[in-house]
Formats: sequence, C-alpha cells, structure tokens
Amino acid sequence: FQAPAYHLILEGILILWIVRLLFSKTYKLQERSDLTLKEKEELIEEWQPEPLVPPVPKDHPALNYNIVSGPPTHIITVNGKECINFASFNFLGLLNNEKVKSAAQASLKKYGVGTCGPRGFYGTFDVHLELEERLAKFMRTEEAIIYSYGFATIASAIPAYSKRGDIVFVDEAACFAIQKGLQASRSNIKLFKHNDMADLERLLKEQETEDQKNPRKARVTRRFIVVEGLYMNTGDICPLPELIKLKYKYKVRIFLEESLSFGVLGEHGRGITEHFGINIDDIDLISANMENSLASIGGFCCGRSFIIDHQRLSGQGYCFSASLPPLLAAAAIEALNIMEDNPDIFQTLRAKCERIHKALQGISGLKVVGESFSPALHLQLEESCGSRENDVKLLKRVVDYCMNSGIALTQARYLEKEEKCLPPPSIRVVVTVEQTEQELDKAASLLKEAAQSVLN
Amino acid sequence: INHIVHNGGLYKRPFNEAFEETPMLVAVLTYVGYGVLTLFGYLRDFMRQWKIEKCQNATEREEQKDFVPLYQDFENFYNRNLYMRIRDSWNRPICSVPGAKVDMMERVSHDYNWTFTYTGRVIKDIINMGSYNYLGFAQNAGACQEAAAKVLSQYGAGVCSTRQEMGNLDKHEELEKLVARFLGVESAMAYGMGFATNSMNIPALVGKGCLILSDELNHASLVLGARLSGATIRIFKHNNMQSLEKLLKDAIVHGQPRTRRPWKKILILVEGIYSMEGSIVRLPEVIALKKKYKSYLYLDEAHSIGALGPSGRGVVEYFGLNPEDVDVMMGTFTKSFGAAGGYIGGKKELIDYLRTYSHSAAYATSMSPPVVEQIITSVKCIMGEDGTTVGRARVQQLAENTRYFRRRLKEMGFIIYGNEDSPVVPLMLYMPAKIGAFGREMLKRNIGVVVVGFPATPIIESRARFCLSAAHTKEMLDTALKEINEVGDLLQLKYSRRRLVPLLDRPFDETTYEETED
Repeated sequence: FQAPAYHLILEGILILWIVRLLFSKTYKLQERSDLTLKEKEELIEEWQPEPLVPPVPKDHPALNYNIVSGPPTHIITVNGKECINFASFNFLGLLNNEKVKSAAQASLKKYGVGTCGPRGFYGTFDVHLELEERLAKFMRTEEAIIYSYGFATIASAIPAYSKRGDIVFVDEAACFAIQKGLQASRSNIKLFKHNDMADLERLLKEQETEDQKNPRKARVTRRFIVVEGLYMNTGDICPLPELIKLKYKYKVRIFLEESLSFGVLGEHGRGITEHFGINIDDIDLISANMENSLASIGGFCCGRSFIIDHQRLSGQGYCFSASLPPLLAAAAIEALNIMEDNPDIFQTLRAKCERIHKALQGISGLKVVGESFSPALHLQLEESCGSRENDVKLLKRVVDYCMNSGIALTQARYLEKEEKCLPPPSIRVVVTVEQTEQELDKAASLLKEAAQSVLN
Repeated sequence: INHIVHNGGLYKRPFNEAFEETPMLVAVLTYVGYGVLTLFGYLRDFMRQWKIEKCQNATEREEQKDFVPLYQDFENFYNRNLYMRIRDSWNRPICSVPGAKVDMMERVSHDYNWTFTYTGRVIKDIINMGSYNYLGFAQNAGACQEAAAKVLSQYGAGVCSTRQEMGNLDKHEELEKLVARFLGVESAMAYGMGFATNSMNIPALVGKGCLILSDELNHASLVLGARLSGATIRIFKHNNMQSLEKLLKDAIVHGQPRTRRPWKKILILVEGIYSMEGSIVRLPEVIALKKKYKSYLYLDEAHSIGALGPSGRGVVEYFGLNPEDVDVMMGTFTKSFGAAGGYIGGKKELIDYLRTYSHSAAYATSMSPPVVEQIITSVKCIMGEDGTTVGRARVQQLAENTRYFRRRLKEMGFIIYGNEDSPVVPLMLYMPAKIGAFGREMLKRNIGVVVVGFPATPIIESRARFCLSAAHTKEMLDTALKEINEVGDLLQLKYSRRRLVPLLDRPFDETTYEETED
C-alpha cells in the first residue's frame, strides 16, 4: 500500500529522534552551585558549629536537685532535714507498705531484677500476664496492656491509632506526655480551652462543615478527643458526661488519661468513669500510669480487645523496649490487692483532701487551684510580680521556708520552652492517706506563715 | 561482601565483618513464597468478607459501627494473613529467671493461633538463646540480688516523683557517679527506660535548624527521637563511611535546603552494635570524620556496653579510642547489667544541660531503687571493685563464646551476618515458612531462639538471631550447635557457598588472624 508522503516523513523524523535520544548523554541536573573544589574546602574550613549545648547558669532553679536520703515515704529526709512529705504522689501510702514490699521480695528471689528482653522475645513473664488480667478485671474492661515507663504509656498509645491526616481535639491543659504523643503521631491537633465544652463543640461543628465539603476524605479521617481524668496541671476534672454526649453526636472517639484519677476517684478507685457512673465501654481507651496510686513503676492501657490488641504490634514503647521488671509488676499486683480489699481508703483520702483544701483558703498572696477532692493541688501567686523568673524565685523562698520548718514541698516543674500552654509557676501540694489531721493543719498554718513573711 | 581491616593505621585490631549475598535461587523462592501467601491472604479475606469463613478477630462495638473505622483493612493485611500463622514464635511466656536456661509455660492453640490456652505444664530448662543476657547478670541469687533485696526492703519499689521534684534519691546520685567512672567520662545521668532515653534527650540536644545524620538501620528509639526534635534528618548507608562523608561535605558546603543558611550543628547518630545485623560501627573512621568536619557524635551503646572490650567498657574500649572523643555516650542497663533503664554520659556541661532541659528529668518518674542497686552492684562487679575477678572472667567468657559459636556455625555452612566479635549472631532463613518452622523445631528440641521477619528486617531477609551470654557453658553451646545442625539439615538452611576450612578447636588467642578461603 502506498502511504501518504507526510506519514513517511513524520515516521522518519521520529526514528531519527529515537536514535538521537539513544545515543545522547543522560540529562544531568545542573550542579546546584558551580563551586570549585578549593572553594568547597574553604567553606568546610570556615564553618563553625554552635556548641553542642549552651552553658547553663549555676543558679538555674531546675539544676540543683533536692537530694532525698532514704525512702521517699511519709517522713522524708530532704537535703539532710527530716520533713513530712507533701510532694510525692504517694496517694494511698503504698510506697512503704510491708505487704507490697514482701511481694516484690518474693518476685526478686524468683526472677531476679531485669527481664533482659522486650515482650516479643522471651520478655513476657507470667507476672506480666497476671497483672494485665488483674487490671482488666479491676477496671471491668476486656483487656489491658502494660508498659514499663509511665511517660511512654500515653506517648506510645496515641501514635498507634492516630496517624497523619487524622484529627485530634485535645484540652489545652494536657500534660507533656500527651503533647509528645501527639507530636509523634503527626496528626492535626486542635486545642480547645480547658474544660470548655462550648469551645470544643464549636471546633467539632467547624470540622463537620469541613467534612461536608469533602465527604470522601471525611470517611477515612479518624477523630479523637484526648482528655485527662484529673488534670495534673490544674487539679480539676473533665466533664465526662458532656464529652460522651459529644462523642455520639459527632462520632469522635475518646481517649482518657487517668494517671492521677486512677486509685483516687470513684467509690472503689476505678477512676473518673466510676465517679460519674458512666459505662466504661463508652470510653475507647483508658491510659494510666502505675506510678502514683499503685506506687510502682510503669503504666497501662485498658479497654476493649478490639482497641488494646492493636498496641501489641504498633505501640512503640511496648514492642521496642524491655518489659517491666517482674518485682515492680508483683508490687503493682499486691497494691491492687490492697486497693480491692480496703475500699474505704478512697473515702479517707477524699476527706483529707477536703480538709486541706478548706484550710488553704484565704492565704494572702496565694490562691488554691484544684478541685476540693483532688489530692494534687497547686498554689499559685495571686498576683504575678512581672516576670516568670521572679515568680519562681518568690515561690522558692516560700518552699524553702516550709522545708526549714519540716514540711517538704516542691514547685511544679515544667520545660518552659517546650510546653504548648505553659501553666503559671506554682507550688505542688500532695495529699496522701498517711498524713494525719494534725499534719495537714500544720502544713496549712505553715504555708500561711510562709506566705505572710515572704510575700508581704 | 567481606571487609577485613583496611584504612591503615586507624584500626588497631582486625575488623572482620561479612554480609554474604543472598543466593539468587533462594531470593526467587522467597518471593514466590510471599506471593503464594499474599494470594491465599486475599482469598481468605474474600471468604471472611462474604461470611464463608468465620471472622476471628475482635470487632467494633455495635453502637460505634458508624464511626470512621479505626484501622484500615489493608494495614492489617500482613497481620491477619502472615503474622497470625506463625504468631506462636513470639511473646512466649516464661516463668523463671531469664538466664542461660529458662522455664517456659506451654501454650497450645486450637484455632490456628487466633487464641492460645495454657495447658498448665511448664517446659523446663530450655537453653535460652534469645534473652539479652550478655554478661549473665540475670540471676536470682548472688551478690547483686542480695544487694537489691536489701535496698528494696529499705526504700520500697516505687518513687512517685520526678527527678526535678522530689524523686532524686541519694542512690541515683551514687549510680550516676559510678557510671561516669565506669565509662571514663566526666559525668553521667541515668533514666528509667532505654527507649525513652533516646526519644526524650535527642530533642533536647538538637532542634530546628540542626542536621541529624542517622544510620540506615538505627533503632526505632533513635528514629523517634530524631523525628521529635524537629531537625532535618538525612540517612547514610549502613556503616558506609563514604556515604557519611559525602553527606557531611554536602551539608556544610550547601547549607540548609532552601535558605542556604549554615547549619547550627550536625549530629551523627550511630549504634555500637546493630542488633539485627550483628555489625559493629566503624568507630575510628566515624571519629576521624567527626573531627574533620566539626560535627558531634551520639553513640548508642545499647548492645555493646558490657559486651565488647577487654574489660567490658564497650565499643570505645574495643577499638582502643578515647571516650572523650564521643560527645554523647548513651547506653542501656537492660542488656548487660540485668536491670532496666538507660544512661547518657559526656562532659559536665552536657549533663548539666540535660539535668535542666531533658524531658525525662522534668516529667518522668525516676528509677526504682532496687533496680538502681542491681546496676550499681553489677557495674562494680564488672570493674572488679567488689574484690573478685568474676566480672573480668565473664567478659572473657563472652568473647570466647562468641568466637567459638560463630566459627562453628560458619563451618556448618549457614549464612551468618555481622562482625566476628559481636555476641549478636543473625542466621539467615530467608523464606517465610522457615521462620515459623525454625522456631518450632528448635523449641521441640528444648532450645529457645528468636526469629525475626518483616517489618523488623527487609522482606526477604528474615533471620534467626542468637544472643550469646557469658552464662552459656561450652556444653550448652555444643548442645545448641548440634540441634541447629540437625534443624539446618532438616530445613535446608545451609545456604553458604563459601566453606571455611574448619580449624582445630584451639584455645582462644586474641592475636590470631582469621583467614577465609574465597
């Protein structure tokens, strides 16, 4: 067949083009800078890095730690002076409990100290399995999972579920561990004002209108609300019933961090869900650390198996880290036993909290921040004296006055540059079951005196 | 690829590392194996979706069925269809000290590993080649345990406060001084969790505007710490000094990506021993590069502290270098010291800075006192300060065990990765079915091994990993080797195409040069 002339010419040109491309050199990106070797060497010579760490002034408040000699129990020896302990989170007084110690001793005799491996590689001991079962039974959930470090618990749990593109609504006063978990998850973070349900609802509504614009994306974007049961930074509780209503209205999952409220709130110490009488299955994940009420080390998450089982393969702090030393797990089991056998200690603790909350009202210059039944209160300056540094120095003088007279207190420590919403400087007052009423009254009157002498 | 010592002058001892290439036939068969598994996976998913097969995994609540699904179906494909089949090789529960021999709780599954039940029987005296017990300090009797028991009865188990608040016990100060002395650095700080040591301190050291050069095969904690810091991360090929030098040159010459501003500082992240490869970092070359280009070095000695070096002081001593050349020496107490936690050692300014600005010091509870005492006693034992030579003997025993075990495995014809001196011994399995088979066959013969597959390793390079210990006697190693030989023949694992001339069993001599026949 005769092809038209233009057809042949076109094909001929194409063939010549292919041949040219086959034999030409590969296209090289222009060198970003046409520097000669000598210039490069000069640049390398001239470059001076910053020092690895900037120098820290010797009198930085966080540099000189208090040295505690001996156990940090009810009577504590700080910097050589014997004081009554109002600074350790030993709410149920289990740090010095003989039964807990003997359970830990038995475990030490059987297993030694360390586990020498992560959970996946011969690091799972029968004590871990027992502790997980006991925690799940105590909290009345299907399953629980243990971590070997309290901070890592919530910081590993959040990134296991929430990934890039998901949305997390978190309270402004969330603790640092939650902030780190959120940062590691790379999700969109939306902060709502502390305990302000109207603000949260506004954000949820905004998100809803966004969703209607892009329904396809909305169908795969997971949403979470992260709140704490008892906030460490402000001492108050979250309004859980309203949160549940919002959960079902806007289809958001709730992650609850109960480090301070586990073993404190509720009739049997089961936390804020028992306090409000809410069905525990309504909360998707409860995370808590065992370092406060249970006086051990580590943390746990509990919830339905559907949710918790996922962390066994994707919780970074679980898979890539050695498991909890068995003696600490045994101590936690014994502490749980004590909590289950003596449910009246929670009532006693609450009564003591109420007492000191009332006694600390009316100190000139200091205001009490926290609920009346919260065992971890903050005392903030009523009026700041200008800069945070000066506030911290002033509070340090109050704390030193109290320490010299036999009450051990501490300031709440924060990393000023790293926190998203830095709380104002404050003194932390911790109430434990072991403190007697006289000691509570003594502490309150001492604080009054200190405030009088330092602030006026 | 077989590297023997070179780069004249920097290395004072032979550096013998080998990563034999995957045989072509084996690679092809492995891909075929994964292909078959994936096909069957799709088939089973299809059957589950159409309710032909019962769906065994947990499901969402009825009330929350209209929420956005929590997991994407595809994410869990590997979990449901590949991992589930061989799940019994992991998370094996034990009920005794994780020493050289361990007791395991027997568990059976009647529904193909979806659920396990415990029969109640305990399998006794399994030779433990999986726990990180390099110096044999995982003991429930002896000086360390007694000291820990005393401290436990005096101090209790928990601390209930952070280091900066009321949690700094005198025991912690004692530990930190001791660790600094052990490492040969000015000052040290200890933390409660090794993983957290990395993920909480790297963000305190570097930030935006800094550059992190991290090894390809770094541990998840280093990767997480680097990500959380906000610095730019660039990855160099595993243990490859040319790649590292190229990155350093480019970084200093070209500056930050678009603004061309100079980098504030450059931090190189490397590990002492890489636990999945068994390779040791080329520390003399890294230090030479670091000095030439004025960058900082962060050395993670999680596996190498206590395990390398004539007196157990880690990879710095192994190469005969000066600890002051490493800017940040990090390590963990979990592996060689039989406890838990991590430490960072370095100059006093560095540690003072970390005491003030580390996330862990301000927000995380401090270490538990009995654990601290275990570390103190074991460090003193290794240093010889407890008056015995037990520590020294253990370090030497570990080195002997390492050489012997690796030599024998290579002679048998297995492909073993890594450095001659590393107590972590990866044995290549490659095919997915052999992962499960190896674990189960070894357990039948009363030897506990660790097998790893994807995603901890590249998809075709699954392996079994042996962790040697000073507590392993020669008889235990011989028993283990005999069984490994048997199983290797049964499963056809002897892939190596280069046969070493089997040397006579002569006593360990540090100065001999190992020849290989190519």
